[in-house]
Amino acid sequence: MTTAAGQKSNAGRYVMVYVCMLAIAALQFVIAYSNITGEQMFARMLFLAVVEAALALLFFMHLSENHGLLWFVVVFTVFVLLAMQYGWTDSFRELLGAPWAT
Amino acid sequence: MSHADMTMGGHSAMMERPAFSVPAKKMAMWLFIIADTATFAGCLVAYGFLRNATPNWPRPFHSITNVAIMTFVLLTSSLTMLFAIDAARAGDKAKAFNWTLITAGAGALFALLHVREWLGLIGDGMTLLKNPWGTGLFGAAFFSITGLHLLHVTCGVIALLAVGLRYRGGRYNADDLEITGLYWHFVDLVWMFVVPLVYLLNVGH
Repeated sequence: MTTAAGQKSNAGRYVMVYVCMLAIAALQFVIAYSNITGEQMFARMLFLAVVEAALALLFFMHLSENHGLLWFVVVFTVFVLLAMQYGWTDSFRELLGAPWAT
Repeated sequence: MSHADMTMGGHSAMMERPAFSVPAKKMAMWLFIIADTATFAGCLVAYGFLRNATPNWPRPFHSITNVAIMTFVLLTSSLTMLFAIDAARAGDKAKAFNWTLITAGAGALFALLHVREWLGLIGDGMTLLKNPWGTGLFGAAFFSITGLHLLHVTCGVIALLAVGLRYRGGRYNADDLEITGLYWHFVDLVWMFVVPLVYLLNVGH
């Protein structure tokens, strides 16, 4: 959109998303000092990071305007990230031993 | 189809439409971003593995003011990048170039703050192989992940300056600026995961 009105509305939306992202980031810093377990802290911070990343992808990187590309990026990336989780969850074996080993 | 059809009107019909109606250069950047996501995810998963499997993981961060400022600077630079792209789309070259310069400046400020933080940790005795707080793996993981991100920021600043100057000179257009902006937003996006996982989970209480 190249009209002056279009530019104005875009800027307003960008600032709104930016403020939301700042608020989410601030929330993460608050969680860091809250009195909860490490697992709870990890889950909450990761959830907020995913929300923040989704906002950036949809509105800053304009994926909300191209649904085909959005699905391509999300499906491709999520598949790779989920595949990597195997390695991460395997770290519990270091602490707890191999499951069903005894 | 006749030869004439193939060379004239039929030629365009035979050409493939761009995937997802995205220009080739932009698509290439998206593919790079997906690949780079896997790189960073690999690093963060490896870090999570080490942190989870290592008892008494160090928690050396007592003040996170510097990280908070860095986060603010990087997030703000994403906003200024959007203003640059909007100005470029509106055909306002001078404004687009100025916003691009501001974005690059914010990136440079972020890099300086990052280096200052590194120097502080090195001054406390932290290196790639050892640190005074516990397992030496912490230094290796910390410097690898934040170093990789810092490298991306530095490359981004150089790219912003190069593309911005060529845009002003007329060699590049608004699309090129937008593609560079995609990279810059990605650098910002990665930081959203680095901060909680590498810094905030290691805050000493």
